[in-house]
Amino acid sequence: MALKGLDIFKLTPKTNCKECGSPTCMAFSMKVAQGAVDISKCPHMSEEAMATLSEATAPPMKTIKVGTGDAEYTLGGETVLARHEKTFVSKPRFAVRVTPDMDVDAALAEANKVDYDRIGERMHAEMVYVECNGDAAAFVEAVKKVTGKGKTIVLACKDADAAKAALDVCKAEKPILNGADASNYEKMVELAKEAGVVLGVSGADINELYDTAAAIEKLGYKDLVLDTTGATIKETFATTVQVRRACLAKEPDRTFGYPSIVNLSKIAPNDEAMQISLASVFVLKYGSIIVMDTMNYARGLALFGLRQNVYTDPQKPMKVEPGIYPLNGGDENSVVLTTVDFALTYFVVSGELERSGVPCNLVISDAGGLSVLTAWAAGKLSSTSVSKFIKEEVEPKVKSRKLIIPGKVAVLKGDIEAKLEGWQVIVAPNEAVQLVKFLKDLQASGEI
Amino acid sequence: MPFNGKSGKFNASINAVEVGCGEKAIKLGGENVLPFYTFDAPIENSPKVGVMISDLGLENEPAGVKAYYEGCTTMADIAKKAAAMPGADFVCLKLESADPNGQDKSVEDCMAVVKEVVDAIDVPLVIAGCKNVAKDADLLTKASEVAQGKNAIILSAKEEDYKGIGAAAGLAYNQKVGAESAVDINLAKQLNVLISQLGVAPSNIVMNVGTAAVGYGFEYVVSTMDRIKAAALSQDDKQLQMPIITPVADEAWNVKEAMASEEDMPEWGDQEARGVGMEVSTAASVLASGSNAVILKHPTSVATISKMIKELM
Repeated sequence: MALKGLDIFKLTPKTNCKECGSPTCMAFSMKVAQGAVDISKCPHMSEEAMATLSEATAPPMKTIKVGTGDAEYTLGGETVLARHEKTFVSKPRFAVRVTPDMDVDAALAEANKVDYDRIGERMHAEMVYVECNGDAAAFVEAVKKVTGKGKTIVLACKDADAAKAALDVCKAEKPILNGADASNYEKMVELAKEAGVVLGVSGADINELYDTAAAIEKLGYKDLVLDTTGATIKETFATTVQVRRACLAKEPDRTFGYPSIVNLSKIAPNDEAMQISLASVFVLKYGSIIVMDTMNYARGLALFGLRQNVYTDPQKPMKVEPGIYPLNGGDENSVVLTTVDFALTYFVVSGELERSGVPCNLVISDAGGLSVLTAWAAGKLSSTSVSKFIKEEVEPKVKSRKLIIPGKVAVLKGDIEAKLEGWQVIVAPNEAVQLVKFLKDLQASGEI
Repeated sequence: MPFNGKSGKFNASINAVEVGCGEKAIKLGGENVLPFYTFDAPIENSPKVGVMISDLGLENEPAGVKAYYEGCTTMADIAKKAAAMPGADFVCLKLESADPNGQDKSVEDCMAVVKEVVDAIDVPLVIAGCKNVAKDADLLTKASEVAQGKNAIILSAKEEDYKGIGAAAGLAYNQKVGAESAVDINLAKQLNVLISQLGVAPSNIVMNVGTAAVGYGFEYVVSTMDRIKAAALSQDDKQLQMPIITPVADEAWNVKEAMASEEDMPEWGDQEARGVGMEVSTAASVLASGSNAVILKHPTSVATISKMIKELM
């Protein structure tokens, strides 16, 4: 039964102590009612009240933490099925698959070549998925090689003895033990409990997965992830979607309220283009850990870009850092162009500038992460903001005194020229796609 | 106790729109479930994959595309080869040479190309303009006439030029009108309403709701498509039940990830593999968000996406 915020509020101490992180007890209660925070965040709740509330207000999908230190990641905790309803909270993570018969060091080194920054976010394969192929000793050797490498480890192993030996090597790094199924779950729960790690559950089909997860919950273990990989691509998609839909339904089925693992190496082996395609589908539709053969730029540039887009908070625009971005080998004598710090604007404009091949300096000033017209209407992009930034940041570093401003704010031309002595202001076209021709024409006429 | 999943089948459905004629005709749309949710109800018409060819020829295409068309000397050759590409359901001819900022070819010259392609292939055809509104108004009106009898999709009629193109394609020459809007559910709906008011039957309209390459504001694309499908299916919004066609190739191959050469970005590795990565990722994503057809250009992408669709059906 879903509780209303007011019902919860009645049970709080009503002291507005803020220790839960919310400004008032009322605000806290509303968040709990939405499933956004857990009731246990309030340290002053009476035990009686807690017992009444915790069952009824538990978020429909558990938030699971795996890994340690820099490689600690949060999975799950989603509250909606589509990002426009609110926001997705826990990014899916990419895992590189290794097996004991591979050169594990080389495989990791290859995947680690992809490690870059995109709008303030580090992009790399965060996890490594070690598969046991029956030989316990070889498995442990492989696990040794991935331990201490700054990646969260997923142990894919259904053999209890091999799993125990592997956990002895790496349990301090809080790996995931992906190994429980209908035949071995009791042993596996024991192992996971003992090592204090998250347990991965799989089933021959969605019903067996459900029954096994339910049985494990009965044993009192709820640090789980569900391996929704089926025999085929179709089954994998069906299971992954239905699991997420069940736990986020109006009457949530919490037995399926856990993050998922989708193993593309199993359903699309050795097919890079297919793995990229399917990984894209599962970034959108409910994969929490996505396992692939490797990570390289052909995969990463697309998948990390997609993930970053889809997991942005619709209420918080993506921003790029204000500063001077030289393009096409631009130096202190190259023309200056300015636009806003809204990430999409930056990407579109810088892309077109690069295509023009004309050396230039793209200057981004703080405009609250809004697009050109919105920023202008909100007063965040004005002749004052532009001229101040140019004077303080650009004049000391750039000798060119030609400034190109976005066509949509052509009205600012006069004011900027008045405020910036010695600068010539040129108005760009309205749309970014017209920039290539515009710049080439300016260059041809010797203007810049 | 086994899992008791509720079906997500809706009472409303997306319009089924037939494109092309004869044995090779295809149907877009018709489903009453979310994309690929075959576990809720069967999806009769699987999403379709089209191959984009440009009247600029092959000069600027990546090596893999050039290699596929090797030996083709005329647009008819290229169109035939595109129609035979493994995984292809239809061909999209883009009249890029008409662009006033480019070659600025005359409408008459372009119509000769349309005629050549129309006569060469029997698979369904999509005819796309040069994206210049003033030129497209004339270009696509004439193309509708030249392709008469092909039941082709004319891509596209926009808010600025829907009257002429919509009337020519949807009323005078019995083609399908591709209604193009810019990644916004309200604009998409408004344009459908406007084109319907011309007298074009809803079953003769498909939507291009706009797209971007993944990484380039793609969240707007996902949310626009998610919301359109939600309105069409759960609220039975008749003005949003047109199937969606998404030209992916242009967007995916025109971003830095696909365009930067290996000399410029040595650590990024093979340029063509990056382009294919962007193309299949964008295509798979728009399909998972609700597109009923995608337009691609690389043979690897076409084969992969068509295989993915078959696997998911």
